[in-house]
Formats: sequence, C-alpha cells, structure tokens
Amino acid sequence: MSHAATGTRTAHPRRIAESVVDPELPMLTLADLGVLRDVRVQGDGAVVVEITPTYSGCPAMGVMRADLVHALHRAGYADVDVRTVLAPAWSTDWISDAGRRKLAEAGIAPPGSAPRRAPGPVPLDLGPSRRAADCPLCGSSDTEELSEFAATACTALRRCRRCREPFEHVKEI
Amino acid sequence: MHEETVYDALTAAPGDEARWAFGAGFDDPLAGVDTTVPDGVDPTALGAYCLMLGDDALVLSQRLTEWVTRAPELEEEVAFANVALDLLGQARLLLARAGSVGVLGRSRELATASIPDEDALAFFRDADEFRCGALVAAPGGDFARTLVRLLVASAWRLALFTRLRDSRDPVLAAIAAKGVAELAYHRDHAARWVVRLGDGTAESHRRAQEAVDAVWPLTADLFSPTDVEAGLAAVGVAVDPALLREEVESVLAEVLTRATLTVPDRPAPAAPEGRLGRHGPELAELLTGLQGLAREHPAATW
Repeated sequence: MSHAATGTRTAHPRRIAESVVDPELPMLTLADLGVLRDVRVQGDGAVVVEITPTYSGCPAMGVMRADLVHALHRAGYADVDVRTVLAPAWSTDWISDAGRRKLAEAGIAPPGSAPRRAPGPVPLDLGPSRRAADCPLCGSSDTEELSEFAATACTALRRCRRCREPFEHVKEI
Repeated sequence: MHEETVYDALTAAPGDEARWAFGAGFDDPLAGVDTTVPDGVDPTALGAYCLMLGDDALVLSQRLTEWVTRAPELEEEVAFANVALDLLGQARLLLARAGSVGVLGRSRELATASIPDEDALAFFRDADEFRCGALVAAPGGDFARTLVRLLVASAWRLALFTRLRDSRDPVLAAIAAKGVAELAYHRDHAARWVVRLGDGTAESHRRAQEAVDAVWPLTADLFSPTDVEAGLAAVGVAVDPALLREEVESVLAEVLTRATLTVPDRPAPAAPEGRLGRHGPELAELLTGLQGLAREHPAATW
C-alpha cells in the first residue's frame, strides 16, 4: 500500500480494526467473527494487526487485509502491518455472542458448538448430518439440511419445515 | 462500469497498484508468518515435500472445478466448488511454503518478478516438475468415479494431516491443523455419496462398483515413501505414508461395506512415479487448461 496517510490520529487502533466488517458477512465485524487476533502499536508507532483465515481457501483474506490498512490509514496511522496467524486454527467458537445475534438478525443461523478436536484419527461419520439449527426467521427447531455446502465456504443450506423458508447456517468447525 | 473493459485492464501497463491478473497474488498467504526452517531440516527437501502435498491439492482442486456447470444437481456443483476452494487454499499455503524456502524449480525463468512464488509454482511449472500422485492426476470420469476418487484422496490426506499437526516445521503443522476440519468434511461428504450410489439403484450400484474398480489401481503408490518423505519423516517433519495404510484401508472398507460394494484386492505396491515428476499425458492436458491463459499473458495486471 503506497498511500501516504495524512490527518491526525482519531481513535485507538484496536477500536478501528475491530470496527472493520467482513466482506462476505458485512453484518459482522472482524472482531465479531473472531478472525482479528491482535492489534498492537509498536514503539516506532507502527500498528501491527494479526488476522487468521476462517478456511484455508477463504477468498476474503485479501479484502480484509486491504480494508484494515485503509481504515487505519484514514485514522492517521501511516505504518500498518497486517500479519497472518495460522495457528491455532480458527474455530466458529470464536464468533462472539454479539456476532451470533447479528447473524440471526440477518437470517443466518449461527453455529452451535464446534466438534471437539481430539488428537488421533477423525472418526468417519456416515450418518445424516447431526447438525441442528433453529430457523432464524420463525424460531422453529424443526429444520432440515438441504445442502452441506452453500454460497460461502463457511455455510450450509437448511430449510425450516414450519415456515418453509430456506436459510444459511454457519457450519461448526 | 467505466469505459475500460476487462480486457483493457488485463493488458494495461502495470502501475503502482497493479495486481497480477491470475491467481490471488495481491495477498501473501504467509505474510507475517515466521518461515524459519527448523534446525537440522534440509530446506530443499522441505520445499519438495510441500510441493508434493500442494500439487496433490492443486490438481484435485482443478479436477473438481471441471464439474462446475456440469454437475448433475446444483447442490453437488456447489459442493465440488467448495471442496475445490478449500483444496486450492491448502495448495496456496503449501506452495507459498515451498517458495519461502527457495524451492521454485524452473518457474522463475518464465514468471515475471511481480508474480508471487506460489502463483509462479502453480502457473509456470511444466508437468515434469509437478509432484502430485497418479490418484489426483487421473481424469475425473463420471460422477461416481469423481466421488470415489474424492473419498480415497480425502481419506488419505486426512490421515496424513492429522499426523502432520505434530510436524517439527511449525508452518506445515499449522497448515495441517487448519486443513483437518476441511478434509474431514470432504471425506464424510464423499463417503455418504458413495453409500448412496452403491446402496442405491441397480444402475448407480453398477457404476459405483465400476468407479471403485477403476480408482483402486491408482492407489498402488499411495503408501510408498519417496526418499524425500523418508528423510523428512526421520527428522519429525514429514509423515511416512506407509503409516497411513491401516487407517485409510479401514475407512474405505467401512464405506464400501455400507455401500454394498466389493472392496477390490489391494494393488501390488508400486514405487513412486508422480512424486518424482513422472506422469501420464493427462496431467499435461490438465495443466494446459489451468495455465494457458496465465502463460499467454504473463505480464497481465488488473
């Protein structure tokens, strides 16, 4: 990024970074989503932001990076370094309570608890999906999975048997 | 839209903010990650190993992408595209890791300087520099064969990645730990489909069995280590693929039994070929589709 930032510093960099929204789920901030791992100001004034990808192939990482840099530049921080953190791997358990509420308000069912990550082999699961999600539109728990994959890497597609509306569900990982 | 067309953008002279037109090269996937090679580890071997695992993912991703606009139902098209995207992400990280230790083969002779290492490796290596196995390089065949191959490849890769979480290379360990949840989802999705097809109609059963019989010979070298894998396994960086056999065969036997399909005889173990860059003509054909545009316009930016 070659923009020379001008202007005065207007807010703490952490607050600015926390307010940047996810490009695919714009009702969530990066903090809500749990991908913002750290924001710190170094002795020389440089802002270091650490983010972690949701999925290995998450196409939004580049946009997140650019949005963070632009937001901090606009707030007067000229020297911004956005770093990737790969470990520990992101989990949907890191989505905040506020994030879960905002997802539901936007018609997207938030994830339940992520499966336990035990060491050793991952058991084969041949049964029908054990996932459950309440309908974010009418609240019914009588819902079914339509597709294990949906419009983004992090969602599955479900349908409510009561109100018949389809909805996306952030799948637990 | 501005009056500029997409074509203009691709062919315009690069400016300060220009981004290479192919791949996702505007964002270093390992930006800020400590890529120091652990003590006692040969960087060249580590890079070669990352190419093996990265190429498996890249080539299988491309094979799955071939189904987009052609899958028998929309949900499965979306599924293949999503699985392909996860694998592409794994490939990108692994190729970037190979680049970070300087393993770039001849790719840098063709790729311009502005193209990141992982994209240079993906788009500017010829087939003989690819280190993927025969299982992923083989043409996809019909829907059943695509799912049987995805099942076998995911089961193998998941068994590997669960063990690779303990690699002494922290970058490889992190990539593996991240991939485990993705691969478990892929494997179980493919497994449920194989059960549905095998235990379905007479026609779906017949074609699922044909798929199994066609895919099984491609597994002959899956558990045969190369010198690179054996050497890195000895220092705690890689996993000897021979150690994966029991888990993989047990998973496949369980799925095929539930699918009422016959488990073929285990093929005679074969020495590695694909891992050494020896492939059939089908890989070069796949790469023509994958790389053609990037090579035609190696300096294109947007």
